Amino acid sequence: MSIPRQVTRPNHSARTLARGLGWFSIGLGVVQLVAPRQVARFIGMSGSEGLVRVCGLREIATGVGILLADDPKPWIYGRIGGDALDLAGLGWSIEHGDEQANAAIAAGAVAGITALDLSCAKALDAEQVPSVEWDYSDRSGFPGGTAQMRGSVEAEFAAARAEPNGYSPSLH
Amino acid sequence: MRALRWHGKHDIRCDDHVPDPSIEDPRDAIIKVSSCAICGSDLHLYDGFMPGMQHGDIMGHEFMGEVMEVGSANKKLKVGDRVVVPFTIVCGECDQCRRGNFSVCERTNRNKDIADKVFGHTTAGLYGYTHLTGGYAGGQAEYVRVPYADVGPVVIPNGLTDEQVLFLGDILPTGWQAAAQCDIQPTDTVAVWGAGPVGQFAIRSAVMMGAEQVICIDNVPERLSMARAGGAITINFDEESVLERLKELTRGKGPEKCIDSVGMEAHAARSIDSMYDRAKQALMLESDRPHVLREMIYVCRPAGIISIPGVYGGLIDKIPFGAAMNKGLTFRMGQTHVNRWTDDLLRRIQEGEIDPSFVITHSVSLEQGPEMYKTFRDKHDGCIKVVLKP
Repeated sequence: MSIPRQVTRPNHSARTLARGLGWFSIGLGVVQLVAPRQVARFIGMSGSEGLVRVCGLREIATGVGILLADDPKPWIYGRIGGDALDLAGLGWSIEHGDEQANAAIAAGAVAGITALDLSCAKALDAEQVPSVEWDYSDRSGFPGGTAQMRGSVEAEFAAARAEPNGYSPSLH
Repeated sequence: MRALRWHGKHDIRCDDHVPDPSIEDPRDAIIKVSSCAICGSDLHLYDGFMPGMQHGDIMGHEFMGEVMEVGSANKKLKVGDRVVVPFTIVCGECDQCRRGNFSVCERTNRNKDIADKVFGHTTAGLYGYTHLTGGYAGGQAEYVRVPYADVGPVVIPNGLTDEQVLFLGDILPTGWQAAAQCDIQPTDTVAVWGAGPVGQFAIRSAVMMGAEQVICIDNVPERLSMARAGGAITINFDEESVLERLKELTRGKGPEKCIDSVGMEAHAARSIDSMYDRAKQALMLESDRPHVLREMIYVCRPAGIISIPGVYGGLIDKIPFGAAMNKGLTFRMGQTHVNRWTDDLLRRIQEGEIDPSFVITHSVSLEQGPEMYKTFRDKHDGCIKVVLKP
């Protein structure tokens, strides 16, 4: 009884995380598009507003890709590539920019998000590994069949039934 | 003898050379364990969520076996009897036992003073379940001492296998009591959270008691397939909204009866409130994760009943009690009054109404017990119920 079969299962936690990262991407991208000057100034790269806008477009594109794709994995890898570019840019700013402390803070935040991206990608990769799923649909526990046992003790229990809070449901 | 002993969080070992138990009181009996099982509530000890365990404590409260020795005052049992031992130790004589409230027996907890301080009043002694409930040696062992053995143990007639009757000691009556507490009426929808062993028995009990529909909520495909086999409609909370689906199935009214077969370890990463609970647990500001309780209070039809067989250990937070009060919900809960139900359920097993062995997915030796704790906890390999053969 109960036959095992090989299945691949979606990893729901990883997909929830991917959706979160997608929304985060879009949010960050919008900020970079709407306020490029402030972002560039914060990380000590004044004058690089165009570059910040391009990064914003990239963030929005990967975010939309993650949210719309059936398989978000390639888009998560896209984010990891973007993270590498961001870290390289922030590394340059830490060395040569005029807001080195801010750039270091931003690099720390990007490193944290990169760790999340990597763990998400790894979990999505694992979706392809087949696992064994057991079919227990033959285990009713009722030797006489489920349909026959439905309500089989109802009469016995009805006799001894106490209504909630001890009151009869009938109206007087 | 060999026994599974607790050595710390996630550290259960099969130890050799554990001292054999002996008769300590004339009402005692010594049982040679033929089958025992790992219970979902043992996982709370394994995961370190229940305080009061000590290094070297013998685990296990679901067991049965053969009587090897009886005390001089024990007139109920004789050597050679085959018995299932309820997980609650009961005296049969105190005020609560006489009322049938066996799980709150006033006399069997050896550490009554501690329990009185922690809970306000003591509960019954339990096998292998912390020193708060008496610190009794558990049944995941070759031999076990059964105190008050002239009251609790259920003598098993010939012709029934261990697998058919073992669960009379805990999870079958627990699922049954959970459903019985619901006062199920023919128009009721009963929603059961958790498709583990207790949830499976609660589903079948609710079906037998005549619920119009029984709905089971979980996310493990194997468990959901077993729940459907027992007559439940299933909701996989990974794939669909529990709230929306329950609304749809009850024409917007909500289930009249809700059963929490999950307890203190609801999934920590599936909802914002669970993540909040997990963070508070890590900071030792909360002991249990009551996501299921919150969800039940929210979805339960006004004037409905919430039945809680799932184990909670301590303090919970952010319970929407205003909703519970204003909706007029009735809460019924507690450890199972096992002996209240055993005669009736044994008869139903004998008459072929129910065969509890359907829930067993793994049957292994005692030595494999430690690894089975992990397999069961992680729900690997289709694991729903583990039986150990010492």
